[in-house]
Amino acid sequence: MPTLTTSAADAVAQIPDGATILIGGFGKAGQPVELIEALLDHGASDLTVVNNNAGNGEHGLAALIGAGRVRKIVCSFPRQSDSQLFDERFRAGLIELELVPQGNLAERIRAAGAGIGGFFTPTGYGTLLAEGKETRMIDGRGYVLESPIRAEYALIAAHTADPLGNLTYRKTARNFGPIMATAATHTIVQVSNVVPVGQIDPEVVVTPGIFVDVIVDLHQTGLGNGVPTDAYTSGKVSA
Amino acid sequence: MSERLTRDRLAEIIAADIPSGSFVNLGIGQPTLVSNYFSSDQKVTLHTENGMLGMGPVAVGDEIDEDLINAGKIPITELPGASYFHHGDSFGIMRGGHLDICVLGAFQVSATGDLANWHTGDPGAIPAVGGAMDLATGAKEIFVMMNLFTKTGESKLVPACTYPLTGIGCVTRVYTDVAIFEILSAGVRVRETYGMEFTELQSRVDVPLLPPEN
Repeated sequence: MPTLTTSAADAVAQIPDGATILIGGFGKAGQPVELIEALLDHGASDLTVVNNNAGNGEHGLAALIGAGRVRKIVCSFPRQSDSQLFDERFRAGLIELELVPQGNLAERIRAAGAGIGGFFTPTGYGTLLAEGKETRMIDGRGYVLESPIRAEYALIAAHTADPLGNLTYRKTARNFGPIMATAATHTIVQVSNVVPVGQIDPEVVVTPGIFVDVIVDLHQTGLGNGVPTDAYTSGKVSA
Repeated sequence: MSERLTRDRLAEIIAADIPSGSFVNLGIGQPTLVSNYFSSDQKVTLHTENGMLGMGPVAVGDEIDEDLINAGKIPITELPGASYFHHGDSFGIMRGGHLDICVLGAFQVSATGDLANWHTGDPGAIPAVGGAMDLATGAKEIFVMMNLFTKTGESKLVPACTYPLTGIGCVTRVYTDVAIFEILSAGVRVRETYGMEFTELQSRVDVPLLPPEN
């Protein structure tokens, strides 16, 4: 059973220096900005962050990088017109970059969550990004061995949660959330909305609650923080 | 003799070459223009790498929704019948060979269809690959859309790529402002030229070219 809180600060308080953190989002869509900003306030440093990008603009992941908290970033598309905070630190040699093709990044995360020890992928075969990696010819085609990306923490954003941690997402803000939720020891999700148990149609649950450890209720619906657990299932507390 | 193609005219030609009912991914930048020229009875379904099939036109005004963007992170719309899925599934769609055609930009394309489009190799450059390698490897056909010549006049269709590769032997057609090329096992065939005769084209491209079939 996950913890339900309205405090992003409480949710990230246990994250130590040196942690590896999967952070959801594709650009700004699906980026758990409130959790990242709480992490910035919390002060953890020397972090390894896995995200598709290396921050956009001045907020969220960009601010975390700009503040020098990130030692290494694992991503597919770091440089963009608004990635100036990353660009500066990279050019100054202050942040390490592991560049991964986007599908390999996704599959490495998925593999970690699914207990796969590694997989052969055609993506990147014969390129700079496969240098030094084991390769194999399978049915006449070249493949590269890629390893799972596991993390102690995942910070993701979803649209709706119930107190059991079942999640739905909204449009393309889904992106990395569902796979990252599976690949971390502690998955912390911020949501716009919490509804009582039973209010999410089981057919539309995207992330089952088994993958979720902490829910941060940004909308402060009152379902968490001191409300007895049995109230979650009674249907008496409405969103 | 016809004139060199504008980007819009080139996009229109590419759109017309895409078979009805295709599942298509358009790379960021120039290839995005192709979406302006599909006819409604063509029934092309657009895939965007960040987890959607059935992508509609760019969003304007009240349609803008920060949760609904394309691979270039531009707000877009959804068409009836659209679907959303996570990144693992989105790249499984590519890697699993379910996309019919992907249109990508390029720095260079080789005579055997190698693609270079993610990194100039310059020491000062910050490389960014995104989904380019996955698309190059996964889509059944890769169409490249680019200007044939660099600003200093060198052909970007080359005997072998000098820039770091994105994918090997993946490009099937190259659409440029000056000519359309088909990469075949027999060699590179020119389908049509624009604003330049075949002989002049051959003199400026260091790849043996097969002339257009009449």
